[in-house]
Amino acid sequence: MTPGAQAAYRAVEAVWRIESARLIAGLARRVGGDLGLAEDLAQDALVAALERWPESGVPRNPGAWLMAVAKRRAVDGFRRDSTREGKHEELAREREAEAAGAEADLLTSLDDPVGDDLLRLVFTACHPVLAPEARVALTLRLVGGLTTEEIARAFLVPVATLAQRIVRAKRTLAEARVPFEVPRGPELTERLPAVLAVVYLVFNEGYAASAGEGWIRPALCEDAQRLGRILARLVPEQPEVHGLVALMEIQASRLRARVGTAGEPILLEDQDRARWDRLLVRRGLAALARAEDLSRTQGGALGPYALQAAIAACHARARRAADTDWARIAALYDALLQLDPTPVVALNRAMAVGMAFGPGAGLELVDTLADEPALNAYPYLPVLRGDLLCKVGRTGEAKAEFLRGAALTRNLRERALWVARAEAL
Amino acid sequence: MRFMLLVIPAGYADATPDAMPSDDDLARMMKFNQEMADAGILLALDGLHPPAAGTRVTFSGGKPTVTDGPFAEVKEFLGGFWMIQVRSRDEAIAWASRCPMADGDVVEVRQVHEMEEFGQDAQEAMKDLDLPGAGSAP
Repeated sequence: MTPGAQAAYRAVEAVWRIESARLIAGLARRVGGDLGLAEDLAQDALVAALERWPESGVPRNPGAWLMAVAKRRAVDGFRRDSTREGKHEELAREREAEAAGAEADLLTSLDDPVGDDLLRLVFTACHPVLAPEARVALTLRLVGGLTTEEIARAFLVPVATLAQRIVRAKRTLAEARVPFEVPRGPELTERLPAVLAVVYLVFNEGYAASAGEGWIRPALCEDAQRLGRILARLVPEQPEVHGLVALMEIQASRLRARVGTAGEPILLEDQDRARWDRLLVRRGLAALARAEDLSRTQGGALGPYALQAAIAACHARARRAADTDWARIAALYDALLQLDPTPVVALNRAMAVGMAFGPGAGLELVDTLADEPALNAYPYLPVLRGDLLCKVGRTGEAKAEFLRGAALTRNLRERALWVARAEAL
Repeated sequence: MRFMLLVIPAGYADATPDAMPSDDDLARMMKFNQEMADAGILLALDGLHPPAAGTRVTFSGGKPTVTDGPFAEVKEFLGGFWMIQVRSRDEAIAWASRCPMADGDVVEVRQVHEMEEFGQDAQEAMKDLDLPGAGSAP
């Protein structure tokens, strides 16, 4: 490829990034919710763009161009395949309108709000009929506009595995006849957590990579933040969406302070707070305020994401680690534990109590969790216990706990950190 | 990756000190702002008063000289900016290409430095600025 052709190719790719989700969402509604077909049609349009745009330049309204081409393909396709006719009635009508010289009207109609279609796509990709990992893959691919290769690389799985996962997910949706729709009223509130969980899973995979050499993968965090911000625009009345956005923005504000020059992880208390990203902190605090306002007006208590964001905000507001309002954090964890009574939250609460009211108080709580089966292989339990033991002067036991944590983690950077802490005792 | 899209409106050098964008221009801008927000990429934006209402501090021989606008000798002035977070330079350019601009306007695409690009000394020096971690917290 010549440099000129490469540049043109990259320009088309960039437009695809921007347009693909809305394109697929709009097509999916028009073809009766068949995500596989919608994606194929969108891909056809991309191929056409790659053929045409390098010469003609990117059109003024690239989204409308891609949609028009995809619809043309769809109509051509199902004219050949009469069994699909019923499914494509709406498209056929639009195609006829187009053929009748009403293209201008059609293009205007494409400017109509597509938010509903996009939200349909989000809820379908995150449908509970799918396994969580399938939801993640499908959401990143269809809503995030990532390629299969990019998703595979981000999650450290072979491309073929990831491609299979996406194919199977689409088949599962089709077989279960999952309707392409946005749940309404109480059902929306019920299904929203599953959507938010997918986004937060992506973020966490980037924030604390669960496997491999890298401690963080910032690009994945940015993808999740982007998905979260899109969602906040789609369902702005939902406090938890803003809670999730707040949580991610504040956590992401620390990304560059979390890694040392040799790639080693740096704990919150040791981070250089001047390196926290103030723009993201500000955005996070604003999103948290929004979540709190909405909860208040709707007469509800803060949800789990808003509570976690409020905890993150306590850290963000402290100029020095020593200024942290640990008593407030402990209280927020109390509230979180009510909503989400899991051993991991209980463990975090124990840590906060240890900071607020002394290592002895924390240790007492941690020891009540020692036999918790869910924490059996959880590396942060021994590490926190080691930390508290250290502070009360039981260094021998502390050392053993750090080594136990090091043996349990799959992250090589974490392992090195904890072995070093054990050896320093 | 973060980029600034810097808007350089044609003829801004000659705008009166109290010039404001027309309602039409504002409506077009708002629509574009919303598109970027809907896409989850918009981090911040701001617009600037005309250069005629501005002041330049120029330096020569180690001395600052203060001059009030307008500045006849300068042709291009910044009118405002968007800060966006995207996956590539190409994506930033694609967004810049969508700005609702008039003939002769320029949108300059510039990547924002990451702290890591600076040497260790500069990074250390940042600590001395004692910037609050919380920014201008509400």
